[in-house]
Amino acid sequence: MKRTYLGEFEEMVLLMVAILDQEAYGVTVNQALEEHTGRIVAFGTVHNTLIRLEEKGFVNSKLGGATAERGGRRKRLFQVTALGSRTLQEMHELRQDLWQMVPPHTLRLSRL
Amino acid sequence: MNKQSSPPRWAQKMLAWFHPEDTLEEVEGDLEELYGYWYQRHGKTPAVLRYLFSVISVLPPFVRKRKHEKDYYTPSKFSPDMIRNYLKVALRNLIRNKTYSALNIGGLATGMAVAMMIGLWIYDELSFNKHHENYDRIAKVMQGATVNGDFGAGEYMPLPLATILKTDFAADFSHVVLSSWTQEHIIAHGEKKFTKKGNFMSPDAPEMFTLKMVRGSREGLKDVSTVLLSESVSQTLFGEDDPLGKIVKIDNKLNVKVTGVYEDLPYNSDFHEMTFIAPWDLYLLSEPWIKNNGGWENNSWQILAQISPASDFEAVSNKIRDLRRINVPETAYMKPVIFLQPMSRWHLYGEWDKSGNPEGRIQYVWLFGIIGVFVLLLACINFMNLSTARSEKRAKEVGIRKAVGSFRSQLISQFFSESLLMVAIAFVLSLVLVLAMLPLFNEVADKQLSFPWKEPLFWASGLSFSLLTGIVSGSYPAIYLSSFQAVKVLKGTFRAGRFASVPRQALVVMQFTVSVTLIIGTLVVFRQIQHAKNRPVGYERNGLITVGMNTPELFGVYNPLRGELLKTGAVVEMSTSSSPATRLGSQQIGFEWEGKDPAFKEQFGIVAISHDFGKTVGWQFLEGRDFSRSFSTDSSGVVINETAVKYMGLKDPVGKIIKWNGRPLKILGVIRDMVMSSPFSPVYQTVFIIDYGWAGVINLRLNPEMSSSESLSRVETVFRKFNPGSPFDYKFTDQQYALKFAAEERIGTLASVFAALAVFISCLGLFGLASFMAEQRTKEMGVRKVLGASVFNLWALLSKDFVMLVMIAFMIATPVAWYLLDNWLQKYEYRTGISWWIFILSGAGTLLITLLTVSFQSIKAALMNPVKSLRSE
Repeated sequence: MKRTYLGEFEEMVLLMVAILDQEAYGVTVNQALEEHTGRIVAFGTVHNTLIRLEEKGFVNSKLGGATAERGGRRKRLFQVTALGSRTLQEMHELRQDLWQMVPPHTLRLSRL
Repeated sequence: MNKQSSPPRWAQKMLAWFHPEDTLEEVEGDLEELYGYWYQRHGKTPAVLRYLFSVISVLPPFVRKRKHEKDYYTPSKFSPDMIRNYLKVALRNLIRNKTYSALNIGGLATGMAVAMMIGLWIYDELSFNKHHENYDRIAKVMQGATVNGDFGAGEYMPLPLATILKTDFAADFSHVVLSSWTQEHIIAHGEKKFTKKGNFMSPDAPEMFTLKMVRGSREGLKDVSTVLLSESVSQTLFGEDDPLGKIVKIDNKLNVKVTGVYEDLPYNSDFHEMTFIAPWDLYLLSEPWIKNNGGWENNSWQILAQISPASDFEAVSNKIRDLRRINVPETAYMKPVIFLQPMSRWHLYGEWDKSGNPEGRIQYVWLFGIIGVFVLLLACINFMNLSTARSEKRAKEVGIRKAVGSFRSQLISQFFSESLLMVAIAFVLSLVLVLAMLPLFNEVADKQLSFPWKEPLFWASGLSFSLLTGIVSGSYPAIYLSSFQAVKVLKGTFRAGRFASVPRQALVVMQFTVSVTLIIGTLVVFRQIQHAKNRPVGYERNGLITVGMNTPELFGVYNPLRGELLKTGAVVEMSTSSSPATRLGSQQIGFEWEGKDPAFKEQFGIVAISHDFGKTVGWQFLEGRDFSRSFSTDSSGVVINETAVKYMGLKDPVGKIIKWNGRPLKILGVIRDMVMSSPFSPVYQTVFIIDYGWAGVINLRLNPEMSSSESLSRVETVFRKFNPGSPFDYKFTDQQYALKFAAEERIGTLASVFAALAVFISCLGLFGLASFMAEQRTKEMGVRKVLGASVFNLWALLSKDFVMLVMIAFMIATPVAWYLLDNWLQKYEYRTGISWWIFILSGAGTLLITLLTVSFQSIKAALMNPVKSLRSE
């Protein structure tokens, strides 16, 4: 595989950023993770992952949107890059292809 | 946000402290927002707990640092462009402020040159004798004793000790070498005759000293009639010819064969004066009296030894410690000890104080080391002072640099590179200075130092020391200047605070404290020398010469020689004596006198003279009379000095009898004390006896009405007749006497040079500061002048501050100098007091110099036309 490796948690965070559209920053990503996956995540983990994603070039960020409820401090807003969205799509397609290959009865068996 | 819903303060602080700066703002915001969210959903305690947990999760080491984004190009601190820029700005600054630069660099270069020369001097002192390969294993055998409570040690050894060391302690010693003293001998080959210094030594000596043989071998002294010559003596006697196998005559009586030529010993060896070595057995042959007088009682020679590789000095010293007490039990009362003095201690720890602690030149090594450090410190202080004083002028530059994006670290490195540049220039300049001054320094310090071009240690220490100086002296300006706030500086509201000049003033006080201490020190050293020079010596030095009696021809011809000499008219009086008037050669025990306490262990200096000695040297009688040929009984008479009378506690000494080894001697007269040994110590109790056979020198009183060159040539003809085999060598007594001050004068001269340099460097700094002050207060002076202040007023105003500083320095220096010098003077038994006027004088002198330095600037400022100074903006 030529593309950069994307871990499971990283993929989740990246997806959250995509879901949140223009509104992704530390707080919202954290809340969305909690809401959609039910996982309780340490803030530091999200923070570190976002930074790592940015280093890998899947997201980019800019500072902006100071609001009174954060004491006038700016947020760092994240956005999925072209590389990020292509990677997400590729992963999605790969998964779908793989799903296609799964014989129906195995899953049914495992459901029992 | 109300107070209830804000997270704990300390946690916020912790976050702010430890979280990486780059992401702090967003993380703080995020966490605060999250806290509000948790607070609303779950209540306070869970919110606080989650907040704390989150804070910890974003603290190091858990947090990931954001890599810097290259928003704009940041030049590296050490990029070539920036360094070029720093250098350019530094050079422009140097050139624009020529006076400052000259003062700064000149002062630093002088300081460094002084430190370097002192460093070379100390290195030379510490590396004394290191030339010998067996440096670590060679020692002098010494003996010490405690008489009447005072410890004394000497290197005059008896012969039997050498035999015992060689036989009974063979396992401890690789070599035991007996040696005569390095004395003048006449050495002749054919018509060529020279007086050269040399030793008689056991055949092991060349091996022990690891002499580098140019010709022949170190085995050369195995035969009795041989000699090893130093290269320089071989040159003078034989030129380029091969000297091996040639016959040389020593003292006109000993014919010896040259069996080797060794490379001259370096100047910083204790044996550098030894220009030839003859075998010890030859010495015994030529001095037959030793055969019957070579016992334990005769301490006349030197024993050198090299310990075997397995033993160490201390262990061997302990083994041989009691040899004298065992062999001569009757000396036990003086607690005699025999010990080894390792070669590494010969030069620097050659003396002992009365309680037996070693001392010696090491104290001068310390003294000069401290002076060197201080002079260098003064130079560094100057540098710092001038740079900080100038800093306000460069505040604008710092402001602009900061405004266009300099980091503080860049500014710091800029100022460091600037100070390093200055130091580099100063270093090169100081090398030039050292090269230029070294010959002069060698002469004053009696050294043969050369510039150590090839010594990596020198370069390493020189460069690291420059680097250190650059960093130390550049640190204050670098850190101070870079702390300026760009906004304030550029708005023009920047003013150094009221106390900004306090450190500068403290440094000036320190400089002058050192300078004043050095001045006082120099004055006291010279006073002490003068004090000893003014001491009445008890005889007439001028026009007195001595000629050594080192050949057999001069013995037994007293009367004919005297007659011939007087006949020439060049000599008004002539006599012989066992030692010259400038040296007390012999000290003896075995005296008894009326009323002597039997427990008292006496010792007297003794000089054997001829009847005419008194008239020759011109001694002065307090009581009694001189020896006279008219009374035949005078040959068992004695003349004693004033101190001897006090020493024996005699009343009406003339006519009393004292006994020396049972031989009665009648006191004929008492003379005023003659200073024969060190002029700094008290006169020794001395007796003068008549003995024509015990003669070491001929004393001649030259005719004062004849020029000395004329007299000397006439005297020479007489000596040529009586002693044809020897060159005519003579010594002027006044010169010999002056040599006694050589060590002290050398210290005095060096100290005064260093003191002068210290004052000079301090003044350079003061001059720079004063000119800076004057410049800074130009406007103020203008206003004052317009309002009617006189030139004198202004001068006083500007000079006042500096005078205050110097006064404070003087107040600190006085007790320090007093304490140090009082300690130093304790070393001398004949010493001057430290009078108050010395302090007043040096204080006034410093003040005068300060005023002169400052006045040049302050008067210039005071005379300035106020129109000009007020108009300039």
